[in-house]
Amino acid sequence: MSLLLQATTDWAFSVRALAPVLLVALSGLAVLGIDSLWPDERSLELVAGTAVAGTLSALGLSLWYLASGTGQPGGGGAIRLFSETIIVDGTALFFIAIVTSVAAMVSVASYDYLEADENPGSYYSLLLFATTAMTLMAVANSLATVFVSLEMASLPSYALVAYLKTNRGSVEAGLKYFLIGAVSAAVFAFGISLVYGATGTLLLTDIAAQIGGVGDLDGILGVGILMIAGGFAFKTASVPFHFWAPEAYEGAPAPISAFLSSASKAAGFVVAFRVFAVAFQPALGVAIDWGLLFGILAVVTMVLGNFAAATQTEVKRMLAYSSIGHAGYALIGLAAVTADANPANASVMGAAMAHLFVYGFMNTGAFLFIAMVEHWGIGRTFEDYAGVGRKAPMASLAMAVFMFSLAGLPVFGGFFSKYILFLGAINAGFWWLAAVGAVTSALSLFYYSRVVKALWFEEANGSLDALDSKPTGLYAAVIVAGVVTLLLLPGFGPVIETAEAAAAALFA
Amino acid sequence: MIIEALLAATFLSAVIVFALPDEYAPKTAFGLSLVPVAGSLYMWATFTGSGNALTGGDIAFQTVLPWLEVAGYTFQWYVGVDGISLPLVVLTTFLTTLAIVSAWTPIDTRKSQFYGLMLLMEANLIGVFTALDFFAWFVFWEAVLVPMYFLIGVWGGPRRQYAAIKFFVYTNIASLVMFIGFMMLVVSLPINSFGLPAITQSLAAGELGNFYFLAPDALAAVAFAALFIGFAVKVPVVPVHTWLPDAHVEAPTPVSVMLAGVLLKMGTYALLRFNFTMLPEQASAFAVPIAAIAVLSVIYGAMLALAQQDLKRIVAYSSVSSMGYVILGLVAFTEFGLGGATFQMIAHGLISGLMFMAVGVIYNATHTRLVGDMSGLADRMPVAVWILVAGAFAYMGLPLMAGFAGEFFIFVGSFGSTVLPSAPLFTGLAMFGIVIVAGYLLFAMQRTLFGPFRLETEYELDRAPIHDIAPLAALLAAIIVLGVVPSLFWNMILDATVPLLDLLGGGAL
Repeated sequence: MSLLLQATTDWAFSVRALAPVLLVALSGLAVLGIDSLWPDERSLELVAGTAVAGTLSALGLSLWYLASGTGQPGGGGAIRLFSETIIVDGTALFFIAIVTSVAAMVSVASYDYLEADENPGSYYSLLLFATTAMTLMAVANSLATVFVSLEMASLPSYALVAYLKTNRGSVEAGLKYFLIGAVSAAVFAFGISLVYGATGTLLLTDIAAQIGGVGDLDGILGVGILMIAGGFAFKTASVPFHFWAPEAYEGAPAPISAFLSSASKAAGFVVAFRVFAVAFQPALGVAIDWGLLFGILAVVTMVLGNFAAATQTEVKRMLAYSSIGHAGYALIGLAAVTADANPANASVMGAAMAHLFVYGFMNTGAFLFIAMVEHWGIGRTFEDYAGVGRKAPMASLAMAVFMFSLAGLPVFGGFFSKYILFLGAINAGFWWLAAVGAVTSALSLFYYSRVVKALWFEEANGSLDALDSKPTGLYAAVIVAGVVTLLLLPGFGPVIETAEAAAAALFA
Repeated sequence: MIIEALLAATFLSAVIVFALPDEYAPKTAFGLSLVPVAGSLYMWATFTGSGNALTGGDIAFQTVLPWLEVAGYTFQWYVGVDGISLPLVVLTTFLTTLAIVSAWTPIDTRKSQFYGLMLLMEANLIGVFTALDFFAWFVFWEAVLVPMYFLIGVWGGPRRQYAAIKFFVYTNIASLVMFIGFMMLVVSLPINSFGLPAITQSLAAGELGNFYFLAPDALAAVAFAALFIGFAVKVPVVPVHTWLPDAHVEAPTPVSVMLAGVLLKMGTYALLRFNFTMLPEQASAFAVPIAAIAVLSVIYGAMLALAQQDLKRIVAYSSVSSMGYVILGLVAFTEFGLGGATFQMIAHGLISGLMFMAVGVIYNATHTRLVGDMSGLADRMPVAVWILVAGAFAYMGLPLMAGFAGEFFIFVGSFGSTVLPSAPLFTGLAMFGIVIVAGYLLFAMQRTLFGPFRLETEYELDRAPIHDIAPLAALLAAIIVLGVVPSLFWNMILDATVPLLDLLGGGAL
């Protein structure tokens, strides 16, 4: 009896701790259910509403847990479930908040995008299952759960990229994404097997404990870590596994590009942060200096992303490369980690987490603006965007906010997150990372301002009558993202404080 | 809390006007812009501060609230005014209201967006002049650029895109240089605050440490140079002035008024606050090159003005020349030099505002600004022309007008400077600029305003409407009042600038 009671309370406890993840999963199942119960009706309102309700409730819950201290040092410490393979802590909740808020905005925006679609249920269920997997990535605490959740996030993503079945670009992008994803998954799995071979465990905390005793196997461990880093580079669209990103973001439906470039990237980073901070930090002095590896990758990613973005003629592709550049900034959070218990480790990683939070809003907003332009069907290049500000001032104003914020102009949220990241890097002694970051951000203003210039300064080339239609969902999502980007400047305090506390708990 | 109320009211007005339909925007914007005018005048009337805000003086209307705590540093919401910043706040609110009225005639498209941006810019300018924490200040400083970029780029003349982007690129690169220089300075100080008073006092106490391999002296010199470059672009001084004529010529009249009247003062205000207050020893070490740049700006700016055919370009280049005087006053580092430079910021704000507005009124009527295209306008639009003539005399430094007071104080101050070697030589050279100013202004006026009437464009010339003339009259009145009774601002300015002299052991006069 007491055993049963014990099991029940454990069960209830796990459910409560994992409620944000479960809510997203349940809403995904509900969408599937609605679709199979009434297969003949196009119940777009209902499935979209379910998706928004699921993601928003998960967001609200994760914010509430963050505020009330669940899983954090102030509230009893991290909650470890299922033999420690799942962990609910500040980092997990912080990234669940990023992923679910992006998913909520994308769900709202997709409503207009799917107006003519025959089967919105499949779209929304894929979106929600991908979101579920990304929240699982945030709570994964063993290389096994990391791998499973990563693959679980990837499969629906491939399908979503190729969602426009009659569009050649979309299908090609999906295939490319799938092939590169499959290769990187193989590399990643092989890396895991090598690490397992060297340390005899998959649990992150146990790996850290075993690293000191690997002895002659340090070479194997080093190769394993290198391969795992490659897997993360794929998921976060960092050099050298970034090739899929411009194609996938360009070919995919624009809301999906928003979702992948913000949520999927954030999810990739949360596992990378957790795996490298918790499991591989001791390896810095033993097997491989992965800090230097990420430092080089960060520099190359920042430079390549920003320079490539500057040469694009299509806005969506420019944003895709800028998204690669921003992966480079977030990589600074890993690059500046050192082997000793230095408080700078947590402050840089916390700054990178806060940057991903702000990025979640500004980048999603920017891609959703592109979704709006695709909805109007006025074209893809900078020239096609000319004069839009005159007919759609609110949306164009929001886009100007996203562009300036992405460039790090000190007027919006993107400034503080970048600045504190660079300051953290300087404090940790990595002034060269900060220097490259500052130079590339200054350069980025050039290509971001081209969008603003086209929207506001130039006269329209063709007819803009299509702009008379005002897609409600897209407008709502873009304006919410814009307002949040704006408010994150004065209200950056709670974000950075939560992120730094969460990062400090990782290194503790 | 009055500064917060002022900022909130102005931001809110901007949002309201932005959302209004076009036909209501001009009048509503004017009505709402009277609120900050009243607020700043109230602040002026009840001002009780004394001393310089950065060197430990008594700061008026101050608020300090914690904002962020990151990486061992505290970022604050810290605002307040002293005798240097309050006159600039008054100038900002006053000039914005007049610029809004002067926009009624020329701005005929996308009105609600235009007036919304004007008010947004006003709010950020108030923020620049009141913020006392570096980050709050820097956010406002950059936030001024964004509305300006749109105001030039959307409502400007034929080459507006080029001008807007040139303005944006120049000032942003300058900001980046300044920002990096200042950060190097702050991280080498043993303090954890970005409060400007704390930084100033820590520097004055000689607490600057090494920055990596840079020794304190070298670091201070590098930081001074970075800050100077950053602010000099904004002022602007020769040779980084080339964005200014483009921006001015393409910008619509009310935007030129704000650009010349207030935005240029951001540069000199920041020079005074940062370079000359925080790093006075470097300022005195670099005195000769800075004075040379100042004199070069005075003379070269005036010569360029002499060569122009476009009335707006003439006024634009003469601004470069006038800002040279301000720099000369600052580098002299005397009671009259620093005080006169600050006073000249206000005086030049009013006078250049008047000149741009008057040229705008003529352009509204004639649709040309070229000197050769018109003559004898005085017969047809007498009021506007006579106000323009009065403004030109104010520019030339006619006694009993604000320009005279400002320039006189500067020359008195710089002549007796002990900080600047061979000060009388530099002063004498700069005074020569006044002759050139008189030359080009009289020459341009004689050709356009007097003589037989002739106009090369196809427009019927009519008397200017009352709402074009009213802001001109208000500005002229302000110039005369300030010229007759400079003590309205002069006393509080001296109160805030004299403590700076102690930083270098006190100068003459």
